[in-house]
This record gives sequence, structure tokens and C-alpha cells, in this order.
Amino acid sequence: MMVCFGSLAGMYALLGAPIVAAAQVLIYLGAISVLILFAIMLTQAGDANLPSPFHRQVWVAALVALVVFGLIGWAVTATDWGNATVVVAVALNAMAKALFTDYALPFEVLSLLLLAAIVGAIYLARRPEDDEKAN
Amino acid sequence: MGLQGYLVVSALLFAIGMFGFLARRNAILMLISIELMLNAVNLSLVAFNAYDYYSPNDTGAIFALLVMAVAAAEATVGLALVIAIIRTRQTPEVDEYADLKE
Repeated sequence: MMVCFGSLAGMYALLGAPIVAAAQVLIYLGAISVLILFAIMLTQAGDANLPSPFHRQVWVAALVALVVFGLIGWAVTATDWGNATVVVAVALNAMAKALFTDYALPFEVLSLLLLAAIVGAIYLARRPEDDEKAN
Repeated sequence: MGLQGYLVVSALLFAIGMFGFLARRNAILMLISIELMLNAVNLSLVAFNAYDYYSPNDTGAIFALLVMAVAAAEATVGLALVIAIIRTRQTPEVDEYADLKE
């Protein structure tokens, strides 16, 4: 998983979006991978009696995924993308201006969402005993 | 490799994420699969942006950043919820949560 996130960051850099590549490294490689590692370590201590990692619907799931990949791949390869050959690098100045003018509303909504996520995560991660101690 | 290559990689990543989400039984691994699918969409956004397809003002990169932040928030809350459920149920298997519907 971390290899996948890292190579995606490399692809963003190739696509002329170094800011997105940096954010990918920081958020995915740095934050989300560590978060998931912690979750796995917290929950799967000595849990070795798993019958199978897969659901019993595994064949249906594989079929659905293959069909989706086939449809998207067919749509992508069948479409004529015109003159889409030149990589245009992200102009950092223009992008920052657009982010804080045209997209100021999504940006602010996003900050609210992050705040709500922090509060929710703290509330969920707190143990009930802490409440009793606090009272 | 042109725009098509990136889009095919994105589709493959999305399909893998979808398969993992549908077929895995562990709640944490299902969340990882969701992250994979979000990453696939991000890759296609940045690819369209880089090849200057319908994208004035680097809209694709901006939306990729927004999606990343939303993904981070979603992973935080999702993992917190999953850990809370695992703490009470003592199992990460989603099949065992069937009585939530009662």
C-alpha cells in the first residue's frame, strides 16, 4: 500500500503537479499509512483464527471489479483524446490564486469538515472510563 | 505514455479498490480499499489537468488537493469508528456486525 501511494506521488510529479505530489507524500505516506498501521496494530494482536480473508461473495466481487475495469478501460481507449499529448505543468502562482478566490468557499467548507472530523475522532477514540474520571 | 496510460492505470487502481471493498471481510482493509479508489480518482483528475483537457486555472490539481483533505478526514473518522466497534465487538469482521440493523 505504501509503495502504491509513493509511486502515485511520482506520477503526480511526472504530470507536472509537484504540489499535489508533495501533498500525497505528506498526507498518504506520512499520515494515513501510519494511521492505518496503528489501527492494525491496535486491533489484530494475536488474532490468528481467521477462516479466510475474503468474503463469500469474492467471485461476484471479482466479476464486478473486472466489468468496471473493462468498461472504463474500453471507454478510455475508445475515446479520441485529440491533441492531449503535451504535459502542462501546474503554475503554482495561478493555482494558489484560484484556490483562494474562485475556490474559497470549498476551501472554507473543507476546513469546517476537518474540524468536525477532529472533534468526532477525539470523541470516538476516548475511552468511557475517562468520562467517569472527569465527572 | 500519454493521457490514456494514466487513465488506464487509474481505472485499474479503481477496480482493485472496488474488488477489495467488496470482497474483504476486515473493516480496516475495506477502508484501505476506499483510500485506493479515492487515489485512483485523484490520479485521473491530475492527469486530465496535466494534459490541459477542459481545465483552466489548474482546476484538476485544486480538486485533487480538496479530495485528499476529504480523504484524510474520512480515514480519521472511519478508523476511529472501526476501532470503537472492534473494542466493543472484539472482532474486525464486518459479517459479525449484522445485528446493527436491528
